[in-house]
Amino acid sequence: MVDIPLDHVAGIPPAEVGEVELYHPRSWWTRYVFSQDAKVIAVQYSITAMSIGMVALVLSWMMRLQLGFPGTFSFIDANQYLQFITMHGMIMVIYLLTALFLGGFGNYLIPLMVGARDMVFPYVNMLSYWVYLLAVLVLAATFFVPGGPTGAGWTLYPPQAILSGTPGQDWGIVFMLASLILFIIGFTMGGLNYVVTVLQARTRGMTLMRLPLTVWGIFTATVMALLAFPALFVASVMLLLDRLLGTSFFMPTLVEMGQLSKYGGGSPILFQHLFWFFGHPEVYIVALPAFGIISDLISTHARKNIFGYRMMVWAIVAIGALSFVVWAHHMYVSGMHPYFGFFFATTTLIIAIPTAIKVYNWVLTLWRGDIHLTVPMLFALGFIVTFVNGGLTGLFLGNVVVDVPLSDTMFVVAHFHMVMGIAPIMAVFGGIYHWYPKVTGRMLNDVLGKFHFWVTFIGAYAVFFPMHYLGLLGMPRRYHDIGETSFVPASAHDLNAFMSVAALIVGFAQLVFLFNLVWSLFKGKEAGGNPWGATSLEWQTPETPPGHGNWGKELPIVYRWAYDYSVPGAAKDFVPQNEPPSGAVAQGAHP
Amino acid sequence: MAVALILLLVAIASVLFHVYSPWWWTPIASNWRYIDDTINLTFWITGAVFCAVIAFMAYCVLRFHHKEGRRAAYNPENKKLEWWLSIGTAIGVVAMLAPGLVVWHQFVTVPADATDVEVVGQQWMWSYRLPGKDGRLGTSDARLISSENPLGLNPNDPNGQDDVVVQNDDLHLPVGKPVKVLLRSIDVLHDFYVPEFRAKMDMIPGSVTYYWLTPTRTGTFDVLCAELCGAAHAQMRSRVIVEEEKEYHAWLEKQRTFAELSGQRDVAKAAYKTGSE
Amino acid sequence: MSAIILFMATIAAIAGWWLSQQRLAAKPWLEEGVAVDFRGERGSSVPPAKIGLGVFLAVVGSLFALLISAYSMRNTMVDWRELPLPKLLWINTGVLIISSAALQWSLMAARRSDDEDMLVGLLVGGASAVTFLAGQLVVWQQLNVAGYVVASNPANSFFYLITALHGLHLIGGLVALGRTSAKVWRGAPMVQVRLSVELCAIYWHFLLLVWLVLLGLLTGWTENFVNICRQLLT
Repeated sequence: MVDIPLDHVAGIPPAEVGEVELYHPRSWWTRYVFSQDAKVIAVQYSITAMSIGMVALVLSWMMRLQLGFPGTFSFIDANQYLQFITMHGMIMVIYLLTALFLGGFGNYLIPLMVGARDMVFPYVNMLSYWVYLLAVLVLAATFFVPGGPTGAGWTLYPPQAILSGTPGQDWGIVFMLASLILFIIGFTMGGLNYVVTVLQARTRGMTLMRLPLTVWGIFTATVMALLAFPALFVASVMLLLDRLLGTSFFMPTLVEMGQLSKYGGGSPILFQHLFWFFGHPEVYIVALPAFGIISDLISTHARKNIFGYRMMVWAIVAIGALSFVVWAHHMYVSGMHPYFGFFFATTTLIIAIPTAIKVYNWVLTLWRGDIHLTVPMLFALGFIVTFVNGGLTGLFLGNVVVDVPLSDTMFVVAHFHMVMGIAPIMAVFGGIYHWYPKVTGRMLNDVLGKFHFWVTFIGAYAVFFPMHYLGLLGMPRRYHDIGETSFVPASAHDLNAFMSVAALIVGFAQLVFLFNLVWSLFKGKEAGGNPWGATSLEWQTPETPPGHGNWGKELPIVYRWAYDYSVPGAAKDFVPQNEPPSGAVAQGAHP
Repeated sequence: MAVALILLLVAIASVLFHVYSPWWWTPIASNWRYIDDTINLTFWITGAVFCAVIAFMAYCVLRFHHKEGRRAAYNPENKKLEWWLSIGTAIGVVAMLAPGLVVWHQFVTVPADATDVEVVGQQWMWSYRLPGKDGRLGTSDARLISSENPLGLNPNDPNGQDDVVVQNDDLHLPVGKPVKVLLRSIDVLHDFYVPEFRAKMDMIPGSVTYYWLTPTRTGTFDVLCAELCGAAHAQMRSRVIVEEEKEYHAWLEKQRTFAELSGQRDVAKAAYKTGSE
Repeated sequence: MSAIILFMATIAAIAGWWLSQQRLAAKPWLEEGVAVDFRGERGSSVPPAKIGLGVFLAVVGSLFALLISAYSMRNTMVDWRELPLPKLLWINTGVLIISSAALQWSLMAARRSDDEDMLVGLLVGGASAVTFLAGQLVVWQQLNVAGYVVASNPANSFFYLITALHGLHLIGGLVALGRTSAKVWRGAPMVQVRLSVELCAIYWHFLLLVWLVLLGLLTGWTENFVNICRQLLT
């Protein structure tokens, strides 16, 4: 343990210039469109991600209409249903959640939270957004190409992804793969920025152990994404070559619609290994930023330091590392060597331990706190409920033999929607309600916010909790219509209809949220610089919204960790990170 | 107050739903009761954790929500508590994992007396092949597939000549006899899924996968495809009929062997040729 | 998947070593005041661009490690037929080594502020890299003429894929090298270009290393080596 004498403060010269060369916008175009300012890029990322996310939301309504009332809607047939599930899954996981957490929250919060003026490579950061936008446009274009988007399922398993029995096999799949390749290139540019900014552009005094957990979560998730996305890249390129040039990386000898195909000898399992080597870390790429954001929301709104900060940091790092050795738990029934099951079941269940520690520490932070039930806090509570629920059902699916009857059923669908659909989206909403005042200078409307929370939380829970039991019944996933079976009772159809109604209600509640976003921009209550009384640096900017370069003339100096809430003896119930120790101020040493 | 109550209600409603809802797994028809037991054990452990976490959270919200003049406690960490919680979690995890791995070991260890049954998936139908009197299945290759030989059996393999081929019909299995189900696909991924058997495994074109089971009660069970295989994935159905040994043999007697089927086609072809000349 | 696991273990070891320097066991709530900053003084700290390049190389490394993993899983299948490697590949390898050496020479010249030598090094490095790429295209041409087209066998497919991806990374490097050379040509001050030259040199050495590993893979030497090691161990 290093002792840090308090009187060091006297010797610190003010940091007058930032460590990055700031770029200066010269025109409206370079200020708002081709901007290199991370805050503008963050807003661009968020708007784009939410726009394409709305498309995915509408697709989910279509799916729910079909599942709840099969045969009623003639405009949805089997092919379209498969196209809907594929696009819904791919958009939500990659183009919405990954882009929003890292490109949106990451871009906005990293420089502000570590006390930097901007990202370290602003130009590359700008390119990252434009490549991402291109990827989104290519993806959206698949709705308009002949044959429509691919219906291969979001996992895009060969051989069926590129064979004629699957919708969208001529153009849809090609566009999808091209879009993924673009996304990965764009993400890599952004990701380099996030990582190096955290490593190199922290302001003085900002040691790693003083970082807010949001930064820890986003940082670790970005490192993981940088290392894991190449797997999807390789898989996409090889699948694209199989489709376009007729190579046989993944394609075995097979008979396509009665004809012996040109392919031969390839291994579909190889694709699955590559896909899930990306796919499993992807789950935590979405989860870790959510973990970080929730930690900060709970701490701020319960006016209490996060319980067990060190354990929280270690858990994030441990989860990040472990998530690279569990990928094959998605493949227990894929026909891979059965002995892999022993290894991957063990590693998978080990991850439960650091994850559980995080949950305990969140609820222990609430213990003896001063809980303000603001909208961000409500979303944080909602996150804990849905995440614990989804995490615990993960213990079913991770335990290899239990997975055997449950895999490929609605149980899986319910599990991953709860744990990486609803839970992260709760963190997204909580984060937006929390930081919107910083981004715009105005508060979001509280009444609309509470309405939005309760409908979303209760509604989504009512959709996905009962869905587990359809899976237990044996109802397989990716069926547009279960049809006649001996094991699904008629009452299950009523349950499906109920879930569909709940899903539609939840969907429409999101329109209230969008309305709130726009309305509050003009009519919201003035927020002031630090409406929640938060300690971390982003709330201490001289201007709100933060101006270009974030900090005015001097970079802030950090004197304490990000969680000094309700410190005994302090006048207020929070002490900002850049507030000098009281002893130093008394000496008048701080300029 | 209201928030705490609603959180608690969510937990209570989940438990009540679990206990009283009519939706539960179908009665089992194979030897994999242990899988059901492991699921039940997992439900108990995870259910307890879920209720405990939510109840604690609801209590905190009720007891510590903001009032004028309240100040939160200052409590950065408590090493001892964190360690105990971690150890408790680890014990819970081991309690689920250990039985799981034991059962998985049984699942992947095929008994020596299991008879082979081959299931072949293709877009979008199921075919079956049973070994003939010699008890062995002949080899096969996707390159040999033709309209005369839809399963791609090797015509030069003597083991394959007496194989019983079942197309467009149900599969029959004798009750109480262990079966090793060999899974083969000739086009895309499929998954031979009978909910009552609890077991399932993907079928991969180009290789043969397997699992084993012992049917434990007679009856007729639906076969579904559990791995997305294209447009008519949901319509890819068949049935398995588990019956007593005697009835099974009666059924087996009526089936055609590969040799009969190919021979008959040759005869038909020859007849067609002579007729047309 | 052993290649990528090995690669990830290396990355994890580096990350673990770095984290161990960061006082992760500190109790931050007890430490008020300006904590000791382990990034050192401003002047001596590593420039962000260099860290950025390091992270990027980890990403590229992960990409090629995954390709190698895919290769070693696919080449155990029965339909794999090794393709004969044209002799020209060895000459290309030599050219790439020259390219890397020229950039190293340029970097050394930059360190002693020798403008002229630095520019010569950059130009020779760039020209030989272009020659390497042209040579690779000729190799493709030769293989095509000999009937080893991309889709006829997975070994061919992998050969084309691997060389193409390596070549694309080199083209990306050439863009950066071109910009650096242009800066030097315009007579930008040494302090500004020294870092760029260094980054180019690091990138070139890395791509050379990747190429040698890939060459070992394509010739089957790596496989023989692994087999020998396995025999020694068992």
